[in-house]
Amino acid sequence: MSEETFDEAKTLVKSVVNEKGLKFPKSYIEDIANARIKHDLTDDELSTVVDKVQEAYERSFIQAGEAVGTVAAQSVGEPGTQMTMRTFHFAGVSELNVTLGLPRLIEIVDARKKIATPTMDIYLSSEVPEGKELAPNQDEEFVRKLANYVGKSTINDVLEDFNINYAEMEIEVRLNKSKIVDEKRLDYNDIIAKMEKITKKVEIDKDDDSKFTLQPSKTSIRELRLLADKIRDTQISGLKGIGKVIIRKEEEYTLHTEGSNLKEILKIDGVDNSKTKTNNIYEIFTVLGIEAARNAIINEAVSTLENQGLSVDIRHIMLVADMMTSEGVVKSIGRHGIGGEKSSVLARAAFEETGKHLLRASIHGEVDKLTGVIENIIIGQPIPLGTGSVNVVMDEKYD
Amino acid sequence: MREDGIIKKIKQINFGLMSPEQIRKLSVVKIQTPDTYDEDGYPIENGLMDPHLGVIDPSLKCRTCGYRGGDCEGHFGSIDLARPVIHVGFGDVIHKILRSTCNDCGRILLDDVEIEEFKQKIDFCKEHDENINDIIKEVYNAAKKNVCPHCGAEQEDIKIDKPTTITQGDYKLTASEVREKLERITDSDAYVLGVNPEVARPEWMVLTVLPVPPVTVRPSITLDTGERSEDDLTHKLVDILRINQRLIENMEAGAPQLIVEDLWELLQYHVTTYFDNEASGVPPARHRSGRPLKTLAQRLKGKEGRFRSNLSGKRVNFSARTVISPDPNISINEVGVPEMIAKEVTVPTYVNEWNIDEMKEYINNGPNVHPGANYVIRLDGRKIRVYDETKEKILEQLKPGFIVERHLHDGDMVLFNRQPSLHRMSMMAHEVKVLPYKTFRLNLCVCPPYNADFDGDEMNMHIIQTDEARAEAKSIMRVQEHILSPRYGGPIIGAIHDHISGGYLFTRKESVYSEEDAFQLIRKSHLKMPKRKHKDWTGKELFSLLLPDDLNMSYRANICRHCEDGCLKQDCKNEAYVVIKNGELISGIIDENAYGSGSGKILDRIAKEYGPSAAREFLDRSTDMAIAGIMKIGITTSLNDEEIPEEAQERISEHLLKAEKDVDELVDTYNEGYLAPLPGRSLEETLEMRIVQVLGEARDKAGAITEKYFGNVKDESLVSCHNKFDMSNHSVVMAKTGARASMLNLTQIAACVGQQAIRGGRINRGYKDRVLPHFRKKELGAKAKGFVYSSYKSGLDPIEFYFHAMGGREGLVDTAIRTAQSGYMQRRLVNALEDLKVNSKGLVTDNCGMVIQTIFGEDGVDPAKSDHGKVVDLEKVISEMRVNSNSKKSAKKEPYHLTYDYGKSNPKENPIFKWVNGEMYKQNKGKTEKVEE
Repeated sequence: MSEETFDEAKTLVKSVVNEKGLKFPKSYIEDIANARIKHDLTDDELSTVVDKVQEAYERSFIQAGEAVGTVAAQSVGEPGTQMTMRTFHFAGVSELNVTLGLPRLIEIVDARKKIATPTMDIYLSSEVPEGKELAPNQDEEFVRKLANYVGKSTINDVLEDFNINYAEMEIEVRLNKSKIVDEKRLDYNDIIAKMEKITKKVEIDKDDDSKFTLQPSKTSIRELRLLADKIRDTQISGLKGIGKVIIRKEEEYTLHTEGSNLKEILKIDGVDNSKTKTNNIYEIFTVLGIEAARNAIINEAVSTLENQGLSVDIRHIMLVADMMTSEGVVKSIGRHGIGGEKSSVLARAAFEETGKHLLRASIHGEVDKLTGVIENIIIGQPIPLGTGSVNVVMDEKYD
Repeated sequence: MREDGIIKKIKQINFGLMSPEQIRKLSVVKIQTPDTYDEDGYPIENGLMDPHLGVIDPSLKCRTCGYRGGDCEGHFGSIDLARPVIHVGFGDVIHKILRSTCNDCGRILLDDVEIEEFKQKIDFCKEHDENINDIIKEVYNAAKKNVCPHCGAEQEDIKIDKPTTITQGDYKLTASEVREKLERITDSDAYVLGVNPEVARPEWMVLTVLPVPPVTVRPSITLDTGERSEDDLTHKLVDILRINQRLIENMEAGAPQLIVEDLWELLQYHVTTYFDNEASGVPPARHRSGRPLKTLAQRLKGKEGRFRSNLSGKRVNFSARTVISPDPNISINEVGVPEMIAKEVTVPTYVNEWNIDEMKEYINNGPNVHPGANYVIRLDGRKIRVYDETKEKILEQLKPGFIVERHLHDGDMVLFNRQPSLHRMSMMAHEVKVLPYKTFRLNLCVCPPYNADFDGDEMNMHIIQTDEARAEAKSIMRVQEHILSPRYGGPIIGAIHDHISGGYLFTRKESVYSEEDAFQLIRKSHLKMPKRKHKDWTGKELFSLLLPDDLNMSYRANICRHCEDGCLKQDCKNEAYVVIKNGELISGIIDENAYGSGSGKILDRIAKEYGPSAAREFLDRSTDMAIAGIMKIGITTSLNDEEIPEEAQERISEHLLKAEKDVDELVDTYNEGYLAPLPGRSLEETLEMRIVQVLGEARDKAGAITEKYFGNVKDESLVSCHNKFDMSNHSVVMAKTGARASMLNLTQIAACVGQQAIRGGRINRGYKDRVLPHFRKKELGAKAKGFVYSSYKSGLDPIEFYFHAMGGREGLVDTAIRTAQSGYMQRRLVNALEDLKVNSKGLVTDNCGMVIQTIFGEDGVDPAKSDHGKVVDLEKVISEMRVNSNSKKSAKKEPYHLTYDYGKSNPKENPIFKWVNGEMYKQNKGKTEKVEE
């Protein structure tokens, strides 16, 4: 058999599946197509494989009435006891600290707007732009420039010499020009302008333009010291919310940042928007929307669990993510989110803030229809899940 | 409910406020006197213990309903408050409503268009069962106007001083004034303000009458001294009544306004704390002893409150709890129950003509002899205790329809549970096996799902009381139905410890048994006897007897070294490559990867393809065989297993010395300022990371050397990639097969414990600039920051011991914190997801019918039925398909059945002969045949 491409195999499998009048999820078709290429399946064999998959699919289909929510919650929650608490760990990039383990999982489930350690992985486009020789992901010059544009650096980072002269009540600053131009690739005049913003009294040495003397607006030692600190901390480059940037080179250049600013990063030319990611779910939601947030929750939760060596079926995590995002906004799991918005008064009262819910229900004249699990447990009736979900239905014909 | 044959169903619960009229109508007595009992101990009329409120003592009759204590559920009374009082829970709402209504005309501060708009919004929400809180919030915000759109009056600012003081401008409004203002609000305005006029009027939030709960709600306790101790609520009601009385008297006497107001405020305080004794801004009312009183809100709230402690979970009868201990001789489906417990907890059994003789036997045995009975329930519903004296009489009366509460016996289904119940496998149905002694016995394979061990763990057992529950438990809660975990679609019940090391020792090449020994093993494993071979049997042949005849698979065992120079597959010297052909173990050994919990491949395969019964059978029989096998071979471990020769010791210390030197060198370079920082790290961090790395490597090397020497492998040439370890060392066997411990544990015992860590770094706390005063300040060397050179075997020096304890403490603290955190996370997750179910069309919906997923998990596959998350292993399907098409064998599967019953004494399986109406019947497996004599 001649070499068959993946796409060809895929269409073939699709047609075989369609011919049999079956419906497979996309991933199954892809898997079978891969198998066909790997094992050189003949058409007959392919047909039997499809039959076998269908057989297995039918067998493993979920039963109606199954309490999928509880099972998912238990499957995600139970491994929590086995996770480490150690907040900081080196993940992937050894230079950056990232929250991992149980604290991270709680953070995801809480749908926090401000997470403890936001980070970004910035990928660069592999297409060579016009008039250039290298694609952004191979171009060191471009990467360094970008890193300095994105990453936070202060005057302190480019100092050659810094001295407080108490006798003259001034600060002597010498900048490292090579660092500014060669390493950080910053604009020299820009830095001076930034300094002048802080104090008007900036004097440039006549012989050496990298040497300055600064004076505070009010002459006092206190002011002088404050000024010294202020100058050192003056940010000369970087995007809001982003701190350190680390450049990595394997097959291509990638940037890893401490802090995250998805919106601004995606605007930059040469950044691969399809691969670049952040671990801040709320940011993804605001920039890319709810579906992206849902996928981000799944990805983050899966990688957190995997990192701890715990295997949890992705379907459980999907359900948690879908529950959190089903109303178009990211809702947290807990009293401020899903727990506090249940339709049943008893369910809310049994969870948290008992008094508040009961009092509120009384003046609103709420009605508890007793359709959930906990309400029925409270009043001592069978729950509407599993074997309790089946009812006798009267045939409408016999009126 | 049941007994009348009527089962009522609660369809819905409506919430609302009680109007003063309703409270009065409900009230059976007006409480006026603050005293409870007179000198003779009789309740005072119109007092808080008025007999009209109901009785607790079964010897007394209720004056209202006539029932005796226990049957009378109690009746409410009422207190007429001298002056109205604001209900604490509604202080906030009252404030918001007053702020949103005109001070002058009492209309809502919205124009008619806005009112109509919000009204429609609320109507819409009510119709769709949605929460109206957000709209009400919007209303409050929109109604912040300075001029009334209806009468044009200017609005004064209304403020609230939590919890119940409301001021208008600078004037403090009295509760009566608040009530008057609220009275003016029209029903339609109230509706928009979130007060549903069908069930509540705004002014009802200011109390004029206080309902008094019946005594059954606040029972008094009689202490041993004969002293009566009243409930906290009664105390609080006494306070309210006293102040109320004083207020009335003062008002009647025409006392000055100031005094009346003071008393009024006091009354407000008492009513406030009566409802909620933890309201912010109010000092909690205390008992004489200084303990804060537990009033209404405290009764409901929190973990120990009514909702979570008494309504969501209840104490039950027919349960038992005791210490657990292991028993490899019972099935995973069984639980060993002490006879003492079996005699205490009972199963209600309906008497019919087929079991009447059996029941008679039980009654005859009485409550003290094991298969006996404790109670009999007659047709009229009377429950009679079985005593030796009453036995005869009961036996005479006994006829079909009676219920006998008989002792637990073998084969009964019970639920078995260990806390914390983190997943559904924490509560499974077992079959009872009554055993001597006083502990519950369970098969070791079910330890992983319960997360049980035998260091003093206790477990609970619940006896199923109805046939419906029994049927359900048997078909969906049985242990065998839970071999595969829904968490990852693999086995969670499986072999542990000796079961695994036993499997290894007995399937490896060296294990050859004479036919006599082999048959003994087979017998012990309760297997069908194979044909004689007149030759020796290998362990592999014996193990093959456990496997289904058509099983074909190959995989790498846990002992696999992942050789770098290519896998030798079947020729692996360690026998790490397992091949099973047509149910024959051709090569490889059995270890954790075969039938261990979590990773057992054979077990996984059997459970998925041959069903849960087959998997149970496989586990039970393989336990028998592994235990029998291990008893033939013998396994023992001692410190001698961690013995390493002098030579190894020297090599290890060489490495450790070198590491120490390297660390010192690093520190020197750092001090001299020559250390190059890693990107994105400070110099100190770099140094720290480098040191940790060097020390880590050194320990690993020490470990690697020890591993080589374990078991005294003298000949270095044997130590090649393909044969690194001497598997005659039982410690190594346990570690490598996955039975218990790891090579890291062993090398820590034998060679070097390694770096102790706190917070992921070297130990860095204690005194200023140093951990212990034995070091110089700012010393950065290995020893000064918690590197333990010694091995556990050689013993730690005092400093190392201290560091080790520091590291150990962190671990303990960590687990303590983690259990609390993860427990709360799980509670929230369960609460958020508990109502989700798959409906009949395959959609995942919540209890209101809202669709969460259109198909579960994007493909509708149940993870518990999947193959580690996949529907099917395509590789397996393809290889199987090709094998089948080559051999052209019929793919029909032989029923997989291993056991031969050697006359096990299961009463259910042996026929029982009975006499009915003078004829003999044989009763066997539910069938009853007449036997001709």
